[in-house]
Amino acid sequence: MSDPITSIGNWIENLLVSLGTSPGLTVLILTALGVLVVISFVLVLDILLVWVERKIVARFQDRLGPNRVGPFGLIQPIADVIKLIIKEDTIPAGADKVVFNLAPVIALVAVLLIWAVVPFTPTLVGADISVGVLYIVAVGGIGTVAIIMAGWASNNKFALLGAFRTVAQIVSYEIPLVIALLVPVLLARTMSVQGIVANQEIWYIVTAPVAAAILLISGIAEIGRTPFDLLEAESEIVAGFHIEYSGMKFGLFYAGELLHALTIGALFSTLFLGGWRGPFVDQFPILGIFYLFIKAFFVYFLIMWIRYTLPRIRIDHMLNFNWKFLTPLAIVVLMITAITDKLLENVSGFGYTVIMLGVNILIVWITLIILRSYSSREREKVGEPRPVANVDVSNTAPGEGTPSTSSTG
Amino acid sequence: MTIDQILFILVAAATLGAALLVVTSRNLIHAALWLIVSLFGISIFYVFLNAGFLAVVQVVVYIGAIAILMIFAIMLTRRVADTPGPRFNSNWIWAVLISVVLFGTISWIISSWPGINGTKPGLVEAFDPVQKLGVALVSPEAYVIPFELASVLLLAALIGAIIVAWERE
Repeated sequence: MSDPITSIGNWIENLLVSLGTSPGLTVLILTALGVLVVISFVLVLDILLVWVERKIVARFQDRLGPNRVGPFGLIQPIADVIKLIIKEDTIPAGADKVVFNLAPVIALVAVLLIWAVVPFTPTLVGADISVGVLYIVAVGGIGTVAIIMAGWASNNKFALLGAFRTVAQIVSYEIPLVIALLVPVLLARTMSVQGIVANQEIWYIVTAPVAAAILLISGIAEIGRTPFDLLEAESEIVAGFHIEYSGMKFGLFYAGELLHALTIGALFSTLFLGGWRGPFVDQFPILGIFYLFIKAFFVYFLIMWIRYTLPRIRIDHMLNFNWKFLTPLAIVVLMITAITDKLLENVSGFGYTVIMLGVNILIVWITLIILRSYSSREREKVGEPRPVANVDVSNTAPGEGTPSTSSTG
Repeated sequence: MTIDQILFILVAAATLGAALLVVTSRNLIHAALWLIVSLFGISIFYVFLNAGFLAVVQVVVYIGAIAILMIFAIMLTRRVADTPGPRFNSNWIWAVLISVVLFGTISWIISSWPGINGTKPGLVEAFDPVQKLGVALVSPEAYVIPFELASVLLLAALIGAIIVAWERE
């Protein structure tokens, strides 16, 4: 009774065995059922996310948000879905049809694939593979391919520019993301996501706060949300890679983006906020789903908070921020965490966490000192008087100056 | 036939078909996309062989990095995607020769390997290939020297890239 989903699974398994299916086929049917249940659950949640997102952005912008269809506008997302489905499906002239139609599907599937390794409860996880963390990185790469396919197949300059920006941004921010993912792997001594959750008696956000911050920042960059929404910047490249998509194909991109934000939230909570951990989970494992989604939605709220209060970052600043700040910081954090961990081989539990936290605070302090000296140097450079015109103009011989001078002289 | 065998035949057919389309498709972007399908098929073979780490690394390195870099390079090259040139040049005979010799050599090496006729070992309980691999990479009895050599090579490439990109004042 305390673990209904596992009981249902066992019941179906017994039913299949008593009906006389072979063991291989039983495993296949059960796996397919599990996939179906997880995907349906996540996609239905996705419809709800449209409402959550619109309602919260409205609050940030001092509006009411959807409030006409149903109580509190709750049926609005259903109306949105109907609208998207009955819209005309346009394919631009000169588009590469197969690639164009395949791209939104792959974009959504790449997000759904991540849920295969997210543990919902101590007993309920899609696939507890020994390389779970690396799997998340691999699946992220497939999402990038989908965006490039969309940008290229649309036969549109803005879409292509969006795809270029995507490669520059996602591939760059993958590096600090992967290094930050390595820190919980190092602390838990395993790459299995379930194993990382099981090892978090004390949440890793206490043990490794800097890595958590790096993961959140590069995660926001990976999903391309403000301040990193250069790949679909409306004022510069209209809508970027999905400019030519209409109807449900655009809907798939939109659903994929919303779900990706929640997925980053779920990943962050799994790796740094203890995943399904919470009171009474030992007696009632089913509560784990509840705790996981509370944490995931909290991080999702943080991402929305950042999205709707910050302006877009400039493209050179975006790359500089990654290569000159985030990546070096991530490497330093990983190295120092590894060394401290080795030094603290005989210290365990509370003392270990306190020292790790202290080391992290030290890293932040030194980073701030370096940043401050850098910014004061930059200010001096900017503050120096710069002549508006070229000083040497008066010394040039007639005819060598600007075209206007030579024409009048 | 077991489910394993059916899956193996399906994946092998898809991988080989995609590989064939890489070299026959007229459009360079399509060739790159078929290459992704083919590389993905190879990563499924690693899964069949219980080499989860290699399967995931295959996707990270080949699809996440190399294929994307290729597509990026093709897209940056002006008009190369819509004006296919001649499909053969004068060196095609050498290409065929080298491919056949390479294929023959690899087949010969694999067929002379004693494990070729054995059956695939099942997944052993409490066996963590990742941990074994990690220990093997840094243990002096196993692969520490190749591992360090590869690291030095990558570091040299990294420094080289920085020097090439360095803006001289």
